Amino acid sequence: MIPLVIGISVLSYAIIILAPGDPAKLLADPEKLTAESYISMRAELGLDDPGPVRYLKTMSSLFTGELRSFRTQQRVVDAIGERLPTSLSLGILAILFGLVFGTLIGAIQAIKPYSRLDDIGTLLSLTGFSLPHFWFALMLVLLFGVHLRWLPTSGIRPVTSSSWNPLEMAPYLVMPTIVLGTGLLAYVARFVRSSMLDALGQDYVRTARSKGLHEVAVIIRHVLRTSLLPVITIAGFLLPLLIGGAVVVEYVFALPGMGRLAVDAVFARDYPVILTITIFSSIAVIVGNLVADVLYAVADPRIRYG
Amino acid sequence: MLRLATNERVVVGCSALLATFLAAVFAAQLAPYDPNAQVLAARFGPPNFAHLFGSDQLGRDVLSRVIWGSRVSLGVGFSSVLITIVIGTAIGIAAGYGGGWIDGALMRLVDVVISIPVFMLLLTIVAIYGSNVALLITFIGLSAFPGAARIVRAEVLSLMPREFITASRVIGSSPWRIMVRHILPNLVPIIVVSATLRVGAAILTEAGLSYFGLGVPPPAPTWGGMVADGRTSLDLAWWVSTFPGIALLVVVIATNLVGDGLRDVFDPRRAHLA
Repeated sequence: MIPLVIGISVLSYAIIILAPGDPAKLLADPEKLTAESYISMRAELGLDDPGPVRYLKTMSSLFTGELRSFRTQQRVVDAIGERLPTSLSLGILAILFGLVFGTLIGAIQAIKPYSRLDDIGTLLSLTGFSLPHFWFALMLVLLFGVHLRWLPTSGIRPVTSSSWNPLEMAPYLVMPTIVLGTGLLAYVARFVRSSMLDALGQDYVRTARSKGLHEVAVIIRHVLRTSLLPVITIAGFLLPLLIGGAVVVEYVFALPGMGRLAVDAVFARDYPVILTITIFSSIAVIVGNLVADVLYAVADPRIRYG
Repeated sequence: MLRLATNERVVVGCSALLATFLAAVFAAQLAPYDPNAQVLAARFGPPNFAHLFGSDQLGRDVLSRVIWGSRVSLGVGFSSVLITIVIGTAIGIAAGYGGGWIDGALMRLVDVVISIPVFMLLLTIVAIYGSNVALLITFIGLSAFPGAARIVRAEVLSLMPREFITASRVIGSSPWRIMVRHILPNLVPIIVVSATLRVGAAILTEAGLSYFGLGVPPPAPTWGGMVADGRTSLDLAWWVSTFPGIALLVVVIATNLVGDGLRDVFDPRRAHLA
């Protein structure tokens, strides 16, 4: 895992350091930029050191939390700390939404395969992962925000409030959760359907049925339980998608999360912030994969690593 | 071939794709107006018989722009997947056939790239290095290679112990010959399926970047950019954002339909699972 993180940091740093354009010129007020202030600014930003030295300096300040934003001079760890709760709430809500409704749709499809219901479910999941997040978000805003006026269209809480009151925040999170969770829902529904169809053909299901178990009990106790297990494995693959989606969703709904911070940083060429967020979210992906592997081994006694 | 022609998904998806392709090729003939002609008197004109999809904030005809926008979406989508597939296949074969340290090194590279959230990486790269069409295609194509490489490598590993590979090696074929003549042809089905399934994602990525103003630079009409154009005027002109988004959705669904259908045809054992 450590070599992986080093690889990621080298790659992201290389992309940024090779960028054309001079951050010192970008940051300075062009009116006040003199030859002397330019030289001192370059020195201050450490732009004159050779690449590997800059990389090591940047990484050590990143991991000691001393790296500061070019733009606001705020410590990047603090900036992320402020935004993290928003992104985490959104991510967890979206995952729950996707898992619950995806499982439900997939299970209904698998119980009545090749029926009208199955076709509707297939169409739903096909649409689900073909939907552009940014457009889906705008369409929801159009319907629930502009026409029906049921839900607020931007921000995470009323402007008059600053607390983490779930009741106040709930209406603000409905649309972002749906947009971010729908792609996930589509994958989960597909996966649950195929995995349940597989399970339904197994001997233990025939055994359960032939000993006179009620069909509902067969589905829930025997089929669904075994079919949900492999869903854990797609978590690792879906996490990068979720993070990418969060960037768009937080931008469209003006949620003060990490995705929004990343977009602002990209447009301002705030390299320390971009770098930290990239590395941070990559580590999240790696840890997510690791957790998924461990959970899978814990949940399925047949799988033992090592 | 017959199974392809009778597969409902392939037929429906291909028809929709074909229609879009024709629209892209004959955009100049099909579009009723110049996509960039501004008629300020017609700003935010609602859909009517002269302008079926209405007019945008500069009085440009939305239908004409949607038709022209298909060029960018299809062009960037398909060419970037070509890059993904060429690089992914090369790396996958090299890793699977080479084994040992070659496999180790290449797969660690894949692990690194696959762990970085791709969309954020692309936003950064495009913002830094600018966005002309060629760069955009290269970046989107490159960013997706790890997935393709993993799939190809797994398939190569499953082919390696087969008799025809051993036979070819025994009669003294060079590794190059084995890779190109024996392994590559057997990878075609899996490459075709995974390529088709990737086109939709590539189109969505391009549209997403355009939405942030980082795609193909204006005034070229792009569907993502058009959706972004209408976002501040949703309350007074819903059509500006809605129609390009529908076009996007239809094309992506079509490519996914074709991909699913192809997978069913090439891998009938798993057809019921798809």
